Amino acid sequence: MICREVVELMTDYLDGALSDLDRARFEDHIAGCKGCTAYLEQLRRTRSVIGRLAAEAVPAALEAELLSAFRSWRSEPRP
Amino acid sequence: MSRRPEDSELAALRAGDEAAFQALVQRYHGPLMRVAMGYVRDRSTAEDVVQETWLTCLRSLDRFEGRSSLKTWIFGIALNVARARRRKDSRLLPFASLFKRDDSESSAPTVDPRRFAADGMWRTPPDDWSNVPESHVLSRETLDRVRSAIDRLPARQREVIILRDVAGFDAQAVSTVLAITPENQRVRLHRARAAVRKVLEEYLR
Repeated sequence: MICREVVELMTDYLDGALSDLDRARFEDHIAGCKGCTAYLEQLRRTRSVIGRLAAEAVPAALEAELLSAFRSWRSEPRP
Repeated sequence: MSRRPEDSELAALRAGDEAAFQALVQRYHGPLMRVAMGYVRDRSTAEDVVQETWLTCLRSLDRFEGRSSLKTWIFGIALNVARARRRKDSRLLPFASLFKRDDSESSAPTVDPRRFAADGMWRTPPDDWSNVPESHVLSRETLDRVRSAIDRLPARQREVIILRDVAGFDAQAVSTVLAITPENQRVRLHRARAAVRKVLEEYLR
């Protein structure tokens, strides 16, 4: 495998979606290639930075409205 | 069928457990806001979408049969609400924004071909980020750049990267909730991550 191809397989690799043969060839390449090792690490780091966007506080007014909606839903008669 | 950890959450919701509802609202607020922001123009409209999502969930909870996970069900509702809101508001959007370039299904290279030599090996290899301090990578400014990079992605890539990397769904769940093939899911995710990586590379240089 050459670097130009390896970079395009990285998401499949991280998802465990490569065939056994392709995964072995991929890992062989990575083991001897500083550039692709760095690129894979960059993609992993990118993924984890994106994950940080999940942390966001619920605005107090919205939370209060939703909890109040929950209480009225709870008090409705159920079939 | 084996019990999932969420089965007890669902049972708590149905039993009217307010703390269980509040915990869900808090846990999914960030991911739901990112989903909503992909379709609407401002935070306040996105908050409306999130609110409408939860109200729809409450209205439909008694009919939820648990065929998908609770989380998949909630995000499926969010996508529907956000898309409906976009359709409603699209008459007000500038014409050009409806025709954004979309390379979501393309197999074109995601790394600039000039970075490789004729033999396909790196000519301009990527930097080693292991020396970049975590405090810099996770600074508010970096996160703002990443957020706006995601907002600029074509919708089909944006949905996938938000569900995978912000909401934390696995590949299978994303294919299901977006009704796309696993291959499509991976191509879109790969293009999206590569685009965000590029923005980070320019910034962290």
